Amino acid sequence: MSALLEVSDLSVHHGQLEAVRSVDLTVTAGEIVAMIGANGAGKSTLLRTIAGLHTPSRGTIHFDGRDVTGLPVHARVAAGIALVPEGRHMFGSLSVEDNLIAGAYSRRRGPWTVDKVVELFPWIGERRRQQAWQLSGGEQQAVAIGRALMSNPRLLLLDELSLGLSPIALGRIYAVLPELVSAGLGVLLVEQDVAQALSVAARVHCLLEGRQRLSGRPSELSMSEIEAAYFGTGRAAASVGEAQ
Amino acid sequence: MTILNDIIQGILLGGLFALFACGLSLMFGVMDVINLAHGDVAVAGVYLAVVLIPASHIPALWIFVLVVPAFMIGGYLVQRYLLQPSLDSGAITTLLVTFGLSIVLENVLLEVFTANSYSLNVGSLVSSSWQVSSQISVPYLDLVILGVAIVVLVALQLFLVRTRTGRLVRAVADDREAAELVGANYRHLFAVAAALAFGTVAFAGLALGAYTQVSPTAGPTYLLYGFEAVVIGGLGSLWGTLAGGLVLGVATTLGSQVDPNLGSMLPHLVFLFVLAVRPRGFFPKRAVT
Amino acid sequence: MSDLALRPERVAAEPVFVVSRSRRPASWAGVLGIVLVVLLAVMPYVVYQSLTSTLVNFFILVTIATMWNALAGYAGLVSVGQQAYIGVGAYAVLIAAQHGIEPFVAIFIAVGVSVVLAYPVSFLVLRLAGAYFAVATWVLAVVAYLLVLRYPSLGGGTGAPLPGLGNIGATLLGAYTYWAALAVAVLAIVAVYLLLRSRLGLVLTAVRDNEVGARSIGSRVTGAKRMVYMLAAGGCAGAGAMIAISQLNVQPGNVFNVQWTAYMIFAVLIGGLGTIEGPIVGSIVFIVLQQTLAQYNAWYLIILGAVAMAIAIWARRGLWGTLVSKVPIHLFPVGYYVHAEPGVTERRGLARLLFGPARRAKRHPTAPTPSGPTPSGR
Ligand SMILES: Nc1ncnc2c1ncn2[C@@H]1O[C@H](COP(=O)(O)OP(=O)(O)O)[C@@H](O)[C@H]1O
Ligand SMILES: [Mg+2]
Repeated sequence: MSALLEVSDLSVHHGQLEAVRSVDLTVTAGEIVAMIGANGAGKSTLLRTIAGLHTPSRGTIHFDGRDVTGLPVHARVAAGIALVPEGRHMFGSLSVEDNLIAGAYSRRRGPWTVDKVVELFPWIGERRRQQAWQLSGGEQQAVAIGRALMSNPRLLLLDELSLGLSPIALGRIYAVLPELVSAGLGVLLVEQDVAQALSVAARVHCLLEGRQRLSGRPSELSMSEIEAAYFGTGRAAASVGEAQ
Repeated sequence: MTILNDIIQGILLGGLFALFACGLSLMFGVMDVINLAHGDVAVAGVYLAVVLIPASHIPALWIFVLVVPAFMIGGYLVQRYLLQPSLDSGAITTLLVTFGLSIVLENVLLEVFTANSYSLNVGSLVSSSWQVSSQISVPYLDLVILGVAIVVLVALQLFLVRTRTGRLVRAVADDREAAELVGANYRHLFAVAAALAFGTVAFAGLALGAYTQVSPTAGPTYLLYGFEAVVIGGLGSLWGTLAGGLVLGVATTLGSQVDPNLGSMLPHLVFLFVLAVRPRGFFPKRAVT
Repeated sequence: MSDLALRPERVAAEPVFVVSRSRRPASWAGVLGIVLVVLLAVMPYVVYQSLTSTLVNFFILVTIATMWNALAGYAGLVSVGQQAYIGVGAYAVLIAAQHGIEPFVAIFIAVGVSVVLAYPVSFLVLRLAGAYFAVATWVLAVVAYLLVLRYPSLGGGTGAPLPGLGNIGATLLGAYTYWAALAVAVLAIVAVYLLLRSRLGLVLTAVRDNEVGARSIGSRVTGAKRMVYMLAAGGCAGAGAMIAISQLNVQPGNVFNVQWTAYMIFAVLIGGLGTIEGPIVGSIVFIVLQQTLAQYNAWYLIILGAVAMAIAIWARRGLWGTLVSKVPIHLFPVGYYVHAEPGVTERRGLARLLFGPARRAKRHPTAPTPSGPTPSGR
């Protein structure tokens, strides 16, 4: 199967700081790939660059075989890339329903409607007229996911899904992920909860100070290996011997 | 009784101020820009009408059907090719560029049309009025201007709430990045907001031209009234803006009862007072900026 | 102390500029600055009065541009209402002269009154930021204008002639006016320079280069801004006094005109915001264009405005800043450099010091950061 997303040799700078250093990555349709790493490792920067919010200083991003490295954010949404940003970024003064409708601004064809999102997160039904800033963090996270789905993406980028979520809300969201993926969606997931990431992902990558320290299938990686890559301890042999 | 009459006149005048203010409010709310050329754009609208009325044989009352769309297109282009690049280079730059635009526009009008004042002859509307009682008489023109102001505000509100683009204009004011992430080109949305602002200020200019004589240097005065209405009313709330305009209008007519100089000064004093005690205005919305 | 070179300038007086790579060329610049001022000071003896009266306008422009640059370029305060203090200065001279005080002496009174007035006003306006500050200052100028109209003794809307100078011969008056305007301009530049060299200047530079870090010294920042605001009020009043004296007439519609602010902004933007030299360079360009296009009414102003807008957007450093970025010159080394990021140590020219290597886009903190590979750290 050809890759949906193909990131090669990607480096991103914030001014002087090289936050992402020559990262290679693929995501195929119907697959969940997880990105783990400590705070400040560059995970958000990587996702935001894939979404088009940062310009890479080196490397390319191909989506569905097409080079999207130079495309603006909105053109990537139109192509089918959706990012649920860290911190959710609701449209605070819009109602919950308007947030979802706004998600469909790109007019991509697909199955998602407000009703479908309500089916996914039933509580939204009775709160759709509320302004988004009145929601709790977990509720906003769900709306943010719903809003991203409304663009009918083919690739969903999820940044820090579990941040600020109650275990119940988190469980609910992780429960729907396989459902979404089985419909052909590719997911690139950033997660600080390593166990959670390992349990859902087909493949994981670990970033340390912007570098890819470890890549592989969860079943093939030992806990000590992951720990070493995550904290940068031990021999930290760069084991990037992964089948793409 | 004359006080009551003054207040009624002031409220009617306030509609004009609100018309100036709503475009400013929109651009400030959406992209954090105060267009210091706003008043000059309105004045330019009067001069465009002065040129277009004889050329098109459209009566002055209906000339807005040409002027307003022309200004909306102009607003879109100004935002896209002048203000957006300045926004990209910093907030101070935008302020300076709109100020430069104000001075340039004013001096171009002075060069082309000399310092002469013009007004728009809207026929019998100017002279006739509605005699409510022996003390109170309401000029039809003032009523029409207040009516136009309310219709424009309602239309603007409907556009922002009901339409796909309007919804995203509000969204981009809340969170620009999130708007990009739902597939919107924020530059386009900014330009749409500017187009709406220029359209409303074209209405304001035409109303002003019907109301009084307008000279090329009149712009800043109305920019200031508009901004004051925005601040008094509280940023980001169109109805607060209308209320702010009414406050200024009443301050003008009441001050004018003492002398014309005070009529010009009192709205500014009210504004400075509000700035001193309630810098966020009287109807502040949850922070939009 | 090295690499001294002399450079002719395009001013009529053939002054000299110091070019130096040294970090402390101040003493040399000081000496040559004095030479320049002396050369300018003897001008009334050697050139026609038409030229000296043009130079009076130039000095007035240099004064107000320097003040606006201190406000916007260093304190981050975009004032659109400096004409308030120009008007206050002009009317202070008028009122003093009406009471028998020598107008040239009254320049000091004008400056003093303006500084004192600016103090309470600063408490109202310095709470405001950005556009609020800009418009509030503008409104204050309009109120000052309307207030003056209320006093018939000041001539109302038509203004009043300036008494007290009738007994001086025209030539001598021209020379006195020239020297006074030169003195005001020089003092304005020196005052801004000294203020920026002081601890307050350090505070302001810290704010501009690193807003977050400077929050910890918040109260001192307000104090520094207040100092700059009051200084700018005094400087503009000095210029206003010179306008009154050089025109022998004070008209409210002239002295309170927002076009003065346009002049200072255009001069500063063209010359280079945030450098001491920029306003001077911009004023030269301004006056030269004004003189060249004198027969085409206000078109010079339209051209200057358009150029200033273009420079503000696409060439933020202005003429001087661009020159400095190519050749490391700095006549007035006020550039303390404060930055949070390590690794940026190379000091290259005043503009770079003052603007810092990174663009500031604080209003949209989430905007995509333009990034690129850096030569270091590879
Ligand atoms: N917009 C930005 N400007 C400057 N530096 C940034 C920006 N965003 C992130 N960084 C820096 O880049 C590094 C990586 O950050 P980030 O990608 O957010 O890491 P993570 O998501 O893994 O916690 C950090 O050192 C962070 O401080
Ligand atoms: Mg992150």
